[in-house]
This record gives sequence, C-alpha cells and structure tokens, in this order.
Amino acid sequence: MKVLLKDIAHGRSGDKGDAANIGVIAYDDKGFEIIKKHLTAEVVKKHFEGICFGKVERFELPNIKALNFLLHNTLGGGGTVSLKHDAQGKTLAAALLRMEIEVE
Amino acid sequence: MKEKIRIASGQGFWGDLIDAPYHQVTKGEIDYLVMDYLAEVTMSILQKQKNKNPAFGYARDIPDLMKRILPIIKEKKIKVITNGGGVNPVACAEAVMKVAEELNIKDLKIGVILGDDINNRIDEIISSGCELNNMDTGESLKSIKDKLLSANVYFGAFPIVEALKQEADIVITGRTTDTGLTLAPMIYEFGWKKNDYDLLSAGTVAGHILECGAQSSGGNFLGDWESIPNMAEIGFPIAEAYPNGEVVITKHKNTGGRVSFETVAEQLVYEIGDPVQYITPDCVADFTSIKLEDLGSDRVKVYGVKGKPETEFYKVSCSYADEYSASASLTYSWPQALTKAKAADKILRKRLELLNLEFDEIRTEFIGYDACHGPLSTQLEEDLINEIMLRVAVRSHDYNSVERFGKEIAPLILTGPPSVTGFAGGRPKPSEVVAYWPALIPKKLVKPELRIL
Repeated sequence: MKVLLKDIAHGRSGDKGDAANIGVIAYDDKGFEIIKKHLTAEVVKKHFEGICFGKVERFELPNIKALNFLLHNTLGGGGTVSLKHDAQGKTLAAALLRMEIEVE
Repeated sequence: MKEKIRIASGQGFWGDLIDAPYHQVTKGEIDYLVMDYLAEVTMSILQKQKNKNPAFGYARDIPDLMKRILPIIKEKKIKVITNGGGVNPVACAEAVMKVAEELNIKDLKIGVILGDDINNRIDEIISSGCELNNMDTGESLKSIKDKLLSANVYFGAFPIVEALKQEADIVITGRTTDTGLTLAPMIYEFGWKKNDYDLLSAGTVAGHILECGAQSSGGNFLGDWESIPNMAEIGFPIAEAYPNGEVVITKHKNTGGRVSFETVAEQLVYEIGDPVQYITPDCVADFTSIKLEDLGSDRVKVYGVKGKPETEFYKVSCSYADEYSASASLTYSWPQALTKAKAADKILRKRLELLNLEFDEIRTEFIGYDACHGPLSTQLEEDLINEIMLRVAVRSHDYNSVERFGKEIAPLILTGPPSVTGFAGGRPKPSEVVAYWPALIPKKLVKPELRIL
C-alpha cells in the first residue's frame, strides 16, 4: 500500500548557509514508525535529485515524532549569493511531503 | 523571586508586522517584550547605512515604535529587550532617549551592550593567532579581508542580564543571539547560574520558539493551515516561564492564530542542524530532550529540557561584498505559455553570448510551473497552462555585464515571442552580492561591554 507523506506528516524547512534543513513531523505514533523506517537519508537524497547536490544528513527527534534532514549544497550558494527564487528553501518541506512511501 | 514571568515576542525579523509589539503590550499582561531584528545579511545592510551616515546602522523602526509604547511600558513596568541596535546600538539608544524626552518621560534607563562589533579589530585578532577560518570551507579570512563589510560576535544572554541587574527599562544590543533575548529575563528573575545547563537550555528552547514571531502561533503552518482562525489578527507567541525551567507557550486571548503541539513542533525543527547539539553562547541544548504537552486553549507546556556546558568559542558572523547580481521577469500567456517562455530564455541567452558578457551564473526559472519544486513538480500539459512567469537571474564579478543584462529584458517584448506582459518598474539595477562568512573566536578575545544611558 502506498501512502502520501503529506497525509501522515507535516513539517517546516529553512536555510543554513547553502544547506536546507527540512524537519518532518508525524501526526501520530504510527506515522512516526513509518517515517523512521522508510525516510532514510538515501531515500531523501534520491527524492531531491536535481535539487540537492550534496550529502543528506538525518537526525531523529522521537520526543516530537520528528526527523530532521540537512540537505547540503542545495540552495545555489545560500544567502544573497543564491539566484534561486526560493533561495532559503522555504518550500522544500512541501516538496518532501510529495513523496509516496510503500508500506506493508 | 517571581512565581512566573511572561515574555512576549514582538518581531520575528526586521520587516515583520509593525503593530505586533504594540498589541503584545496592550492586549494582555506581559513582563518582557523581546524583539529580534537581525538576520545574517541584516548586519551588512546596517553597516552600509552607517558608512553613509554615522548616526544610522540600527533598526530605525525602533524609535517610531517607542513613540507608541514608551508610556505604556513605563506604566505597566514592562521591560523591552532587542538586538535592533545592529552595528550602532548607542545611536539607537540615543534616538530612544530623544523620544522619551519628547514624551516627557523621565527616569528612563537604557542598557546598551557593546563589544560584539570586531570589524575594526580584525588585524589585531588575526595577529593574535585566531585566523577566523570559514567554518564551512576552512579558508582563512585573509583571502577576503579587503572586501569585509561587517564582522560581529554573537553574544548570549548574560550581558543582557547585567543590564537588567542595573535596572535598565530597555536593553538594546548589537549582535546577540535570538535565543539570548528570551533567556536573559529568566536568568535575571529566577537567579539561574552559569552552570545551570538544563535551565539555560530550557530558556534557550523557549527563545527558539519565540524568535520567529508568529511562526510558532499559527503562521507559516504546514499542517492543517486552513483551520487556523483569524490569521489577519494573528497573536504573537508568549512564553510563560517558571523558575524550574518549565515554560508554557501561549498568546493573548482575543487574538487570531493558534498555539498547539503541531504549531510549536514545526517551529522547534525550523533551521536546526543536529538536534542533540543546539549550540549557543550560553549552553548546548539537547532538542531531543524537549517534552511538549498540549494543554488546550492555546497553551503548550515545554519541559524536561536537558543541556550541556557552553563551548569555549563565540560564533562570528562576517559579511563581505563579492559580486553583483540582478533578476528580471516577464509573463507569457496561453497558448503555449511555457514554450514561449522557454524560447524567450533561449533568445536572451543567445544575445548575452553575442555581447561577450561575463557571468558566473545565469539561472532561469519558470514561475507557475516548477520554480519551487524543480523536477518534483507535476508535469502539466501545455494546453492546461494559463500563464508562466519567466524569471532570469544573473551573477557576475563584472558590474557592466550585470548592468547590460538589465537592458536586455524589456526588448524581448517587441523582439521575441508574443502575448507577453508584466515588465514594470524599469530596468533591473545590479545589486551587490553580500556573502556570509561564519567563523569561531575564542571567548577570551572578546568582552561584552555594558553602557547605561
């Protein structure tokens, strides 16, 4: 069965230099089990192919049912150097929530 | 000791809702109003303003705001803490003092925190052995020293605490961490010590929740955003702090927005790196220890926070002028909106090439199609696309190339694909690209200084 990440989680994204941070928060414990298991750094890196050109770091915050990702080399230089319309990666949390996850 | 204090966030950035701090001091009871005005690029903008006029270099919204709130905060005994002093906190304080005189408010005490601005001390600091290497790339600051616009150390909460001990009504700082503004009154009121790492971390977490204004009270909420009530009159967050480090995040009654587990959780993950090591000048907070409990009625309890000792370094934020950039846009309508925009981009690039201009980067985006999510965007059939905004941006070390780019946009209207509009406001002018240089400095090389006005 496929679930759309948007249906089980919400989140927020922002900039840290040329890296974008995306925090993903599951709505409930079951959702957190799904993202903890399936939303690996590799899966996120593949999802952002053509957007993220560096490594992806993943951190767990089980206390608020959340994961935090750092996407390096993603914002076209960051700050005022970036020519991107979304130079601060504000819309990237929504981009991650587009993901479909195959669950058993 | 007070049983609890209420600390209200009045600004999330310089440019936030002008009336938010006024509403915070009038719509309910608070003890402190804290306002964060500084983003990374703000310091360089302020430094440029100060270079032009030595009386500038601070958030000039502050004197205007003080005209409205000084009588109220004096009457209600609300203290104000802000980092809006920028690169000229003394001038900011003097401007506020002048407002007080105009309003015939006597016995106003302003504490000013200085010492964060190391722009004039760079040579001395480098010769003492601290190379101010770039934290991300490892490069020495020497490579960009001649292009430096600003250099500021991030101070924490303790310099503000000293000002509060001197009974300052208002504390104006330069580059102080956003979190320090909120933590300082807790340290002062509850007598927390420098080694109370869990308590300092609890106050730091509260500061992180407050530092972006309404982003923790229903603004920019990606969850069920449509259910957030009355966003037009959104209430900014308030931290109700207790001596044991417990904090309840809330907002004034009869305001819009929402404070819930979800709205607070979204702010907790905003712009963080490794959650176990949230590093500030005051402590290292562990965000995986935070417990949130939704108490209902726009009240969320934040407790259980653990932390570790501070590091031996302050973070330094330097900015330097590097290149020039400009961007421009044109809108193409149905039919074939996307095809036309792509053709226009190709024609523009060919012309720039024929002119032998030099660019370090040319970036094209199709707004309304895939500018935000790139390859992840849904592929739309051309006939379903009503309009596309073509946005082209360039960056170069050569000013003239960027300036000439600006002159090549409007001609596309009469010399390119049809049904195009939306070119207004004249030719885009080259703007200076301000690059950011993060570094570390041993704490012993800088000393916060308190001046009382």
